[in-house]
Amino acid sequence: MTVEPFVTQDLAGWGRFPVERCHLFRPERRDAVPAILASGGQPSYVARGLGRSYGDAALNAGAGVIGYERLNRFIAFDPESGVLECEAGASLAEIIQHFLPRGYFLPVTPGTKFVTVGGAIAADVHGKNHHRDGTIARFVQEFTLLTPGGEVLTCSPDRNEDVFWATAGGMGLTGVILTAKVRLRPVETAYVLVDYQKARNLEEALGLFAESDEQYQYSVAWIDCLARGAAMGRAVLMRGNHAPAAALPRGVRDPLALPGKGWRAVPVELPSGLLNRFTVGAFNAVYYGRHRDVRGEVVDLETFFYPLDSVHHWNRMYGRRGFVQYQVALPPAAGPRGLAELLRRLAGSRRASFLAVLKRFGPANPGLLSFPMEGYTLALDLPVGPGLVPFLHELDRVVLEHGGRVYLAKDAVLTPETFAAMYPNLERFREIKRRLDPQGLLSSSMARRLGMVAGEGVPSGAAGARREA
Amino acid sequence: MSSVLILGATSGMARAVAAEFAAHGYDLVLVGRNRQELDALAADLAVRYQVRTDVHLLDVLNFDDHERVLGACLTAAGDALAGALLFFGYLGDQALAERDFGEARRIIDTNFTACVSVLNILAGHFQARRSGFICAVSSVAGDRGRQSNYIYGAAKGGLSIYLQGLRNRLHRSNVRVITVKPGFVDTPMTYGRQGMFLVASPKAVARGIYRAVEKGTDVAYLPWFWRPIMFVIRSVPEPVFKRLRL
Repeated sequence: MTVEPFVTQDLAGWGRFPVERCHLFRPERRDAVPAILASGGQPSYVARGLGRSYGDAALNAGAGVIGYERLNRFIAFDPESGVLECEAGASLAEIIQHFLPRGYFLPVTPGTKFVTVGGAIAADVHGKNHHRDGTIARFVQEFTLLTPGGEVLTCSPDRNEDVFWATAGGMGLTGVILTAKVRLRPVETAYVLVDYQKARNLEEALGLFAESDEQYQYSVAWIDCLARGAAMGRAVLMRGNHAPAAALPRGVRDPLALPGKGWRAVPVELPSGLLNRFTVGAFNAVYYGRHRDVRGEVVDLETFFYPLDSVHHWNRMYGRRGFVQYQVALPPAAGPRGLAELLRRLAGSRRASFLAVLKRFGPANPGLLSFPMEGYTLALDLPVGPGLVPFLHELDRVVLEHGGRVYLAKDAVLTPETFAAMYPNLERFREIKRRLDPQGLLSSSMARRLGMVAGEGVPSGAAGARREA
Repeated sequence: MSSVLILGATSGMARAVAAEFAAHGYDLVLVGRNRQELDALAADLAVRYQVRTDVHLLDVLNFDDHERVLGACLTAAGDALAGALLFFGYLGDQALAERDFGEARRIIDTNFTACVSVLNILAGHFQARRSGFICAVSSVAGDRGRQSNYIYGAAKGGLSIYLQGLRNRLHRSNVRVITVKPGFVDTPMTYGRQGMFLVASPKAVARGIYRAVEKGTDVAYLPWFWRPIMFVIRSVPEPVFKRLRL
């Protein structure tokens, strides 16, 4: 057995906070992955896709990180069922590139296409259609998981289902996903028909969601989180459905082709502090003011789903200090009060979130650490600066009081106690993790920070007690 | 539909080049020594680009198999075959090769002797058809011997000279011979090694190779800046060069 080489380098998530020194492996073939795990060269390992999780989920300070860049082969495709089998490192971008022209789109997509299939499963990602379609897990027919014991398990909702639901949302800690079969969605065109609708405040936005979300497959709202008082939570709702071929204007020659927009890049790191409440406030005022209610606008999938992907390295806008994306889910009953409280605290803190997104979630799935729960979700981008962490802990308490939780794929600052209180199935997850990985071979900086693995961080009993209090 | 023959198809660079040709609609005949890897590559390219792929097994160090396997490839590909690309290579361990002739011979046989045998067969095929191209990957390491890799460099240098002669021979037969001299490329050959710089992505190099084949470039340095770098390195007088630690 040849020794797999690694490179020692500083890695970070998309938020560029934190930055940690890791040993990065880059296998070229699937069968190199068991060799890496069995080599005993590192204290622990975690798989990493395209590094789009924001915090420390795909970091493993002082230990092994298995980069999936080269494990991106397609294996088989069945045009009848739309099921694509691929290696876990295949990106959503390459799936779109090769299958949209044939009339298939992703069944669920997060706000960037630069994520891998394996990463999408590990974070159990959701998209603008969660209220209708749930998370990616619903479209994963099965995946193969290399367990730390060296066994390859085929997991689906009917086979090894406990492992399936521990792995979907399990942040890579149950095993290393090798391949997956994902059911793509047949589409007639590369376009969405979008309705834009303004809401003067949070209450109105939530009212519109409740009233008419079911008419739309995709629904999301941009929210001005600097507006205060009666305008607090003013928003622009953007909701749409896949455009049938007949709905396209005459000028479109190929209904399944994306109008190549090209891309731009943020070439250098901009000064930290450039995005502050004045610049963001000015942007928000213009953005909200400029928007008119429009119905049935034809928007291509790329523009609709990935507005930021066309600006490469947009995370550099936040400068060296980086930023934190803070995304929470809140249940239906307490949600509106919780959202209002979060927005109030945010506006009161004089911090500016450049990107703030609100959406309604459909029912949760059985994923033990899956993030979405029925209700609402709010996502904020906050530049790292003095006092940010205590402020986020303050928001954590608000979220917890309202029965909500924080999204691990974005998190960098949660405490183990808060995490345990937010994820009531943690103990069940730990049981399965212990069974699959008694030696603790799979770990990550996030896992250690949050005590996701028993024996690390705080004991689960203490966290449970905290929740009661 | 046109096709291309790719030898050493599972190498890091060949995988990217195969994808580049498939993206331009070429069917692929893939030759390598690991069945599983070849099948995985072939399936990926077939699903991704909807091209036809055909797989043949060959360990290039088994010289006696060359005629038979290449014959089968050429017969299967037929008139559709636009050209052949040769990617197999072995960097080896210079220090070991200085002590152990087995390692030295493996480096020389993989990077030179096997190439001669394979290219002789391909040259005959394309010369008879009076069309096609032969593209082989040599290395900037073959441009000047230096202590850190001169056995590999000698083999690649030999290959570069063989290709010069072959180009001269086939010119009249309307067969283009393209020598590719890549610098460091981000493949398993270089990953995790010390002393790498200006490392190019396999994709960028693959694009360069496709362009060189299309244009019929005689000698392509990839990326381009290796041409002036190697010009400078070749220009250093030997009395000075021998004192350098390279």
